[in-house]
Parts: sequence; structure tokens; C-alpha cells
Amino acid sequence: MADNLVGTSVRYLPILIIAMVWELLPALGIVSESLLPPMSVILLDFVRLLGDAELYQHAGASLFRAGTGLLVAIVFGVTAGVLMAWYKPVRVVLNPIVQLFYPMPKSALIPVMVIWLGIGSASKIVLIFLGSMLPVIVSAFNGTRGVEQVYVWSARSLGASEREVLWEVVLPAAMPQILNGIRTSLAICFVLLVSSELLMSQEGLGYLIGILGDNGIYPSMFAVIFIVIAMGFLADRLYLMLSKRVLSWLE
Amino acid sequence: MARVDEAGRIPARRAAEPGLAAAAGAFALRSLTAVGSIVVLLVAWEILARSGTFTPFLLPKFTVVIERIASDMWNGIWFTSIGATLYRAVVGFLTAAVIGVPLGILMARKMPIRWFFDPVVSVGFPAPKIAFLPIFILWFDLYDTSKILMISFNAIFPIVAATWAGTFTVDKHFIWSARSLGASDREVLNEVILPAAMPQLLTGLQIALPISLIVALVCEFLMGGNGLGGLMIDSQRYGDSPGVFAGIVSIAVAGMVLIKSLEYIRKRLLAWHPEAEAATV
Repeated sequence: MADNLVGTSVRYLPILIIAMVWELLPALGIVSESLLPPMSVILLDFVRLLGDAELYQHAGASLFRAGTGLLVAIVFGVTAGVLMAWYKPVRVVLNPIVQLFYPMPKSALIPVMVIWLGIGSASKIVLIFLGSMLPVIVSAFNGTRGVEQVYVWSARSLGASEREVLWEVVLPAAMPQILNGIRTSLAICFVLLVSSELLMSQEGLGYLIGILGDNGIYPSMFAVIFIVIAMGFLADRLYLMLSKRVLSWLE
Repeated sequence: MARVDEAGRIPARRAAEPGLAAAAGAFALRSLTAVGSIVVLLVAWEILARSGTFTPFLLPKFTVVIERIASDMWNGIWFTSIGATLYRAVVGFLTAAVIGVPLGILMARKMPIRWFFDPVVSVGFPAPKIAFLPIFILWFDLYDTSKILMISFNAIFPIVAATWAGTFTVDKHFIWSARSLGASDREVLNEVILPAAMPQLLTGLQIALPISLIVALVCEFLMGGNGLGGLMIDSQRYGDSPGVFAGIVSIAVAGMVLIKSLEYIRKRLLAWHPEAEAATV
């Protein structure tokens, strides 16, 4: 355990070095303090923000939007991807649409979402849903198509129904790819969340960053930006742990 | 058989074996159904818009949107806008590649560099770096510089990570044999490491290109300037929804062209690689 701790701290030492250089640059007058608030000032603001109920309100709004959008995207995306791989008519209809929308930069939808749904939570949730669904569809599709036909045949010959084959054989076999696709979606969902909140919103962490910047309260703005970065990083780490669990259950 | 590395590729290759004519027929049929379902989608859009279910503000007719694009092309604003957006996206992307590829290689080859950048990349890669946008505005102002740097900053992480992973996993035996045959460090890099890492390196670029476009648009939405994003956000503010939809259609087509071009470059560069075989039959 102690070894592990030492290893981790040596590994993340460069981040500490960057933080120290950050502290020194304005202190030595190399960079103006208004452009680069000293790390210590940012950290003090960070601690102060942690005691502020407003931060949790914004963070709650952001997490609700990201979580809802992503969850619906996973449910729809996995269903659509598996069905596309399994039933040819579904594939014929959906594949060109997926091909058409896949390369489109999803941020282009932000203004339309505002026209359709206003600047509240609904526009962010639908944006995140649409943006993060495509990687899930594509990975579920590829994962399902890559399932060894031998497994499917043997399950069928043992008398499994179509439904049982899908649930018991195909889905578990496609799971590694699906989980990979969801990881991409997780990253996309944070990007779309922060962009749409920065642009047009009345609450959420992106909005908080924007409003702090507009008012020139830079140390707090940096602190909230670091919170968002940390959330994205931690979400990814948690997701990796979770997907390892899921895969070991399926073994 | 053994040359095909992915289980999924084997059936695809087999299916294509019956001969060139059959393959061409299947391809034609596929293109036809693809075009067909896109046409159906567009017609459905037009009918839905004409049916009056939605106001023209919520859903302008597809024909109106196309007319809008045509008139924007006629007065030139379409070309300057999409030109500015693509210029920023591509320059940002290329800057990220020029810095990211050597950095990834150095990380794989040199221990101190790996030690320093490994935590930076592993924290930065999954994090939503778009949150740095207000910082970039603060540091570099609102013009091209800050947009391009922001795009590079977002695009560089997948490039570094993929190049690093690709270079790191090159079979050591290849490098040893090249060395023992008297190859210099430079030759080993150019003749052995780079070709072996090429598939992963290109995958990194293929992830970074759409990111560049996404970030280019967000930067323009937020900072304005004469790009497509600025045009779209102005349209949205004035309640001019044909303008917004024209922007979406334009950037979707432009994105498709850019991404397909990179796919084409990949095929050309990797013509020698087993992965190309599955596609060329």
C-alpha cells in the first residue's frame, strides 16, 4: 500500500512541478498576475468555493444534464446498434443516417437546440443525447457484428430463442466494444455540456466559468475550470473501474 | 488467414471472394440504398416542414435552407465563412500533429520525457479541455491565434497518446535486427519505427480531426469572428433559423469531406499493410 502511494506520487510529481512553476511565474513578475493568478490564490479560492452552496447547485445542474443525456444515449444507442447488426432491414434504413451524422461536428447543433428548446436544461440534455449516441451505436454495431457465429449457432442448436441468444450470447460478447464506445461518449458528453453551458445557460458549471470570467474574477474562474477538468478525469477513471468490474462479471 | 488481425474482417473478405463483378454489384446496391435513405430523410424533412406541424421558425423547409446556402454562396459570404472555419480547424489540427507526433515518439523512446508527460497526458486526455476557452481568451484575445491554439490544445492529446502507444508497442526484435544490420538511429526511426507505428498514429489523427472541427465551431460561437460559427450564432440571435440550419448542413458536408479525405490518405499510406487487404478486394 505504502509502495503504491510512493509510486503514485512519483508518477504525478510532474503535475506538482507544473503547479509550482505556475506559482513562481507571477511571483517573479515574469507573467502578470492578472493573466496568471498564482496557484496558491487559486487553491484558496477553490477551498472557499467548496464551502459555497452555489457551487453544488451549479455542479448538480451540470451532472444532471450530462447524466440524463448520456444514460438515454446509452439505452437508445446500444439498442439501435445491436438491432442494426442483427436485422438487415434496420441496418439498411439506419446505416446511411448514422454514416451521415457521424462525421458531423456535434457542437453545430447547439444553436438549433436553443431555437427548439430554449436555454434551460432540456436543450443541453437533448444535445448530449444526440452527440453521445453515435459512438455507442457504432461500437454496439461493430461489437455485435464481430460476435463469433459459432457461439450463436451453438446457442440456437441448444434451443435458445432469438431473445435469449441476444441477451445471453450476443450482448455479453459485444460488451467490451460497447463499453469502449461509451467511454468515448463520456468524453464527448462533457465537452458538449461545458460548451453549451458556456454559450447559453443560466446555471451549471460552464455558466459559472463564463460569468466569473465576464466579471474578471479570474482566480475563481481558474478554480472552477480545474473542478470541471478534475470531474472529467475522475469520471473517466471511475468508468474504467466500473467497466473492468462489468467485464470480470461477464467472464 | 493469419494476416487478418481482426476477427470481424475474415467474413468480410470471404463475402467478397465470389468475384469482382459481384463485389461491384453489392457496392452499387449499397450506395443506392444509402443515397435512397438519405433522400427519404430529406423528403421527410421537407414534408414535415410543409405540414405545418412545426412553425417555419422551428423547422424551416429543406428547400428554403438550400436556397439560403445558394444565396450565401452567390454573395460570397458562404465561402469566406466556411473558409475561415476550415482554415482555423486545419491549421490547429496540423499544429497539433506537428508537435504531437514527435512528442509521442520521444515519450516512447526517452524515459525522462515519458516521466514528465505521462501524467499530463493521462489527466488531460479524458478531461474536457474546452473549459480552458475563457483562459485562452484571457491570454490570447479573441482572434485567430486563440482559436487556433485552443483547437491545437484539444487535438494534441489523442495524437500524442496514439503515437506514444503505437511507437511503444513496436516489436523490439525489428529494432534490434535493424540495429544489428548497421542501421543508424535515424534510419531505425524512419524505416522501422514510423512505419510500424503508422496505423495507430493515423488513428490518433482520425480522432483529432473531428475534435478540431467541434472546437473550431465552439470557439467561433463564443468569440465571433468571420467563421461559420459566428454566422450561425448571429442567425440564432436574430431568430433567423434558415441561417442556422444552412450552417449545420454546410458544416456537416464540410466535415464529411475532411474526414473522408483523411480516410483516403490512410488507405494510400497503409496500402502495404494487412489492414488494406480487407478493403481492396
